[in-house]
Amino acid sequence: MSAPDPQTSFHAARWNEPLIPELDEPGARGMLPPACDEDIAEAAGDVLSGLPEGLVRKAPPALPRVTQHRVMRHFTRLSQMSMGFDVTTDMMGTCTMKYSPRVHEHIARLADLAEVHPRQPEATQQGILEILYRFNRMMCAIAGMDAFSFQPASGAQGIYTNACIIRAYHASRGEAGKRDEIITTAFSHPADAATPAVAGFKVITLMPGEMGYPDVDALKAALSDRTAGLMLTNPEDTGLFNSRIKTFVDLVHEAGGLCAYDQANGNPLLGVARAGDAGFDLCQFNLHKTFSAPHSGIGQGCAAVGVKRHLEPFLPAPAVVETEDGGYRLDYERPQAIERIRAFQGNVHTVMKAYAWVMSLGAEGLRAVAETAVLNNNYLARGLSRIRGASLPWPANNKPRLDQVRYSWEKLHEETGVSTFDILVRMVDFGVQHYLPSHVPMLVPQPFTLEPGESLTIEELDRMIAIMEAIAEEAYTAPEVVKTAPHNAAIGHLDLSVPEDPDCWAFTYRALKRKEPAWTAPDRVKRGAHEGGY
Amino acid sequence: MQTGDGFTHPYVPNAAPEPRRKLLEALGIKSVDELYASVPESLRLKGPLDLPAPLPGEADLRRHVESILAKNRNCRDLLSFLGGGCARHYVPAICDEIAGRGEFLTAYGGGPYSDHGKGQAIFEFQSLLGELVGMEAVSPPTYDWGAAADSAALMACRITGRNRILVPRHMSPDRLAQMRGFVKPFATIAEVEQDPVTGLIDLDDLLVKLDGETAAVYVENPAFLGAIETQVEAVAEAAHKAGALAIVGVDPISLGVLAAPADYGADIVVGDIQPLGIRMLAGGGCAGFIATRDEERLVMEFPSILISAAPAEGGGYGFAWSTTERTSYDTRHEATDYYGTTQWLWAIGAAVYLSLMGPDGMRELGIGIMERARYTAAAIDRVPGLAVPALRGSFFKEFVVDVSDSGKSVAEINKALLDRGILGGSAVDERRALYCVTEMHTKADIDRLVDALQEICR
Repeated sequence: MSAPDPQTSFHAARWNEPLIPELDEPGARGMLPPACDEDIAEAAGDVLSGLPEGLVRKAPPALPRVTQHRVMRHFTRLSQMSMGFDVTTDMMGTCTMKYSPRVHEHIARLADLAEVHPRQPEATQQGILEILYRFNRMMCAIAGMDAFSFQPASGAQGIYTNACIIRAYHASRGEAGKRDEIITTAFSHPADAATPAVAGFKVITLMPGEMGYPDVDALKAALSDRTAGLMLTNPEDTGLFNSRIKTFVDLVHEAGGLCAYDQANGNPLLGVARAGDAGFDLCQFNLHKTFSAPHSGIGQGCAAVGVKRHLEPFLPAPAVVETEDGGYRLDYERPQAIERIRAFQGNVHTVMKAYAWVMSLGAEGLRAVAETAVLNNNYLARGLSRIRGASLPWPANNKPRLDQVRYSWEKLHEETGVSTFDILVRMVDFGVQHYLPSHVPMLVPQPFTLEPGESLTIEELDRMIAIMEAIAEEAYTAPEVVKTAPHNAAIGHLDLSVPEDPDCWAFTYRALKRKEPAWTAPDRVKRGAHEGGY
Repeated sequence: MQTGDGFTHPYVPNAAPEPRRKLLEALGIKSVDELYASVPESLRLKGPLDLPAPLPGEADLRRHVESILAKNRNCRDLLSFLGGGCARHYVPAICDEIAGRGEFLTAYGGGPYSDHGKGQAIFEFQSLLGELVGMEAVSPPTYDWGAAADSAALMACRITGRNRILVPRHMSPDRLAQMRGFVKPFATIAEVEQDPVTGLIDLDDLLVKLDGETAAVYVENPAFLGAIETQVEAVAEAAHKAGALAIVGVDPISLGVLAAPADYGADIVVGDIQPLGIRMLAGGGCAGFIATRDEERLVMEFPSILISAAPAEGGGYGFAWSTTERTSYDTRHEATDYYGTTQWLWAIGAAVYLSLMGPDGMRELGIGIMERARYTAAAIDRVPGLAVPALRGSFFKEFVVDVSDSGKSVAEINKALLDRGILGGSAVDERRALYCVTEMHTKADIDRLVDALQEICR
C-alpha cells in the first residue's frame, strides 16, 4: 500500500470576516420579537415606571445592528474556519476524538427532548428518566460499578465530584480532619490534581519512573494515615498503562484510602478491563469523549460518575429510581449525598447520545471500539516513531501503548531548531487538526501526543503519518517554512504575546478598541507566549 | 478474547475483517491481545459486557430511542409557565442552524490557527454579553450559573483576602446548595433576609451582617422569586463601604431594558445564557458566565479559559487563549478553582442570538416580556383565592402566585392544570408557585391559563 502524497494544495477558507460589531448598519434588524397583543400592552401600562432610574437602561445596549442574512453568512463563514471532526482528521491526544453520530443530533432536536423543561412533573419526563436509568445500568456493567450519576457537566467536574465523594466518605467516618491528602500522578489529567485541591485536599503528585509511570515505591513513600485517596488516569496521558495498578489500589486501601479512576482515557479498555474489577471504589467517564457525544467546541460535556455500593449514598441528589408501577421518579431523600454539583439533572441530552451510541454498538461493538483504537494507535505509532528526529520516551517500557502515544521531537529540535509548537502550527497547512503537545508539566522534551481513536480509516492514518514525515523533512531541509507557519490557514501568524499582556489583552470588542494602540506602542515589552498544553 | 474475524459497523471501519487483517500484518502480530500486554490477565474480562442486544441499523436505533423519548411530554405541546432557572424563550432558526453546524459541533481543542472561526465566535460572545452587562472582561461559558456564582465567590475571597459570603435567603435553592458545597473548604456563607412580601433584600439585615470578614455580597437580579431588586445600588454601595465586592447574578435577556449591572456597582456579574437562543433540553441548555471590569487583579482570578484578540500578520485579528497559567490546566495541585469542558457551543448560539436581536430587539423583547408577565400576574390576582403580591412592585418575567386562600395546594392546582394541558408554575412550597411568562405566551395562552385557574379554584 503506497503512502498518499501529503503535498496537497489545501488552503483553509480565509474570509477575513469582520468582527460582528464592525458589521453594524443603522436601521438593520436581524430578528423581530413576537408582537405583543395591544390589549396586553394597554393593560400592563408602562412597565418600567415603577423602577428607580438607576435600574432602567437609558439607551439600548451597544449590540450591532445586522440584517438577518448577514448574520447567517457571518457565522457560517466562521464555522468554515473551524476544523471539527466532521471536517477533518483530529487526533488530539487525551481528547478521544471520534465520530459523533449525526442521528443523535436529530433525535436531540425532537420536542420531546429539546422542549422539555427540567421542572416538569416527573410523570411528564418518563422518557428522560428512563434513559437516565437505563444508561445507569449500562454504565454499571461497563465499569464494574454499582451506581452512577450524570449530573456533572464535564470530566473535570466529574473528577471534582469524585473528590467530594471521597471527602464526604471520610467525614462520615469522623476522619475528615485526619485524612486530608490525595495522591495523583504527573501524567494524569491536570484535573486529577486540581479538583481535589479545590475540594480542600493537599495533593501529592507522583513522578514517573523509568517505565513512564510512577513505581510502587513512589506510591509507598506518599502513603500515610493522612491518605484520603488515590485519583489517577490510567492509561496516563502518555498512553502507558500502569501494569501495577492493582497493587496501587491494594496499597491505598491498606492505608485506609479510597481509589478513584479517572477514565478519561477509557476508550481502549471498553469491554477489556473495568475499574470495578481492579478494585476502584469510584470512577468517572467523559461521555463527550469515549461515548461519542460531540465535543461541541469545548462543551456540552457530561461525566458519568460511578461508585461502588458503599459510596452510593454520597452521590448527589436526585437519583433516578424505579417506581412500583414500572415508571421512574427522582429521589431527593438522600441524607448523605454530597451537595449539588450542577443544575437540574445535568446534560441529559448528552446522556441520550451516549446511550444511543452504546445501543448501536452493543457489547461486541464496544470491544471492537477498544481493540481498534489500540490497533490504530500502534499502527500510527509504528509510522510516527520511525520519522527522523522523533522518538518514544521511556525506552525501558517496551510494552505497547494503548490509546495514544506521547512522542518527543527532542532530537529533531536539537538538530534543526524547529520546535514541537512550530510543527503543530504547520500541520494546519496540511488541512488536519494539530496534535496536543502535552499538559503541564511538560516532562517530555518537545512533546507531541496523538490519539487516533477507532473512527478513522487506514487511509486517514497513513495520511497523518505522511504529513508528519513531510513536516519533519521540511524541518531538516527548509526549517524556515515550518517556523513561519501557518501559510495556508484561515488567519496569518499571530503575535501571541498580546494576549499575555494586561495592557494589551482584549476579551471584548470594546476592550479591543480601547487597547489596540498599545499593541504597536514602541516601548511595549513583549511577554512570552504561553507554551503549555491544554 | 478477540472479536473473531472482525466486526462490521459504520462507526469502526478498521474493525472489519480486511482492514483489521492489514493492520495486524503491518504490526507483525497475530492478535490484538498482544497489544494489551501491559494490562494484566487477571484484570481482563473473560466474557462480553452484559449489555442489551444492539441496534446497529440507524432506523432501528432511532425508532428505539425516539420511542423512549415519546414517553415525555414537552412545552411545545403543553402550555408551560415553568421557570426557576430555565425558560422557554424563542430560539431563532439561525441559532439552531449555527449551533448545529458540524464544524462547531465537533471541534474541541483546536488553537488559533486551526479553529480561528470558533475563536472569533467565542470572542464575539464575550463582546456581546459584555455589552449587556457593562463589562469588558467576560469569560466563555461556565458549567452553569451556579458554577459561575461559586467561582465569583471564591474570586472575591482571594481578591479581598476575606472568607465570608453574604447571599439572599431566597436565592435559587439549587445554586445555594452548589455554593455551600463548593466554598466549603475556603469560606462560609451567611444568609441575608428578604422581605417575604416584596422579595427585596432586607437592607437593615444586610448592614448588620456585613463585617470585616465579608468578601462579597451576592444578589440575584431579578431575584429567584422574580422581583427586580430595586435596592441593588444601595446593596453594592454597602458592600463596597465594608470592603467587600458586589456580585450580581442576572438573567441576560432582561438586559435590553434593565441597566447593566456594572452601572449600578457590580464588581462581578454572573448569570445563565440559556434564554439567549438555547433550547431547554431538560436542563442541558444551562450555561453560565463570569464578567468583570478589565483590571489585571480581577482578570487574573478568573478560573476559565479567556479568549483574547491578537494581531495577525497581514492584518486582521486572530484569537488565542490568554494567561493560561491562571487556570487549573497549569496550576494543578495548587489550583484554587477548576475549569474544563463547559458549554461553549451555547456561547456560539447566544452570540448568534444577540447579533440577530440587536439593541432594539432586546429592548422590545424585554418590554414585551414585562408586559405579558404583568398582564398575566394581574389576571391571576383577580382569580378568587389566588394572590400575586409581586404586583405591588416590579418584576421581569417571573412572579409568585400565593394559593393560600384557594383551599387547594399548589400540587392539586397543578394536577388540575395538567389535565387541561397546562404546566403551572413550579412549587416554591405548598402554597406558593413560581410562574414564568415569556414572549412565547400569547394573549390566548394567558387567557386560557386564567380561565383554567378560575375553574379550578372555584
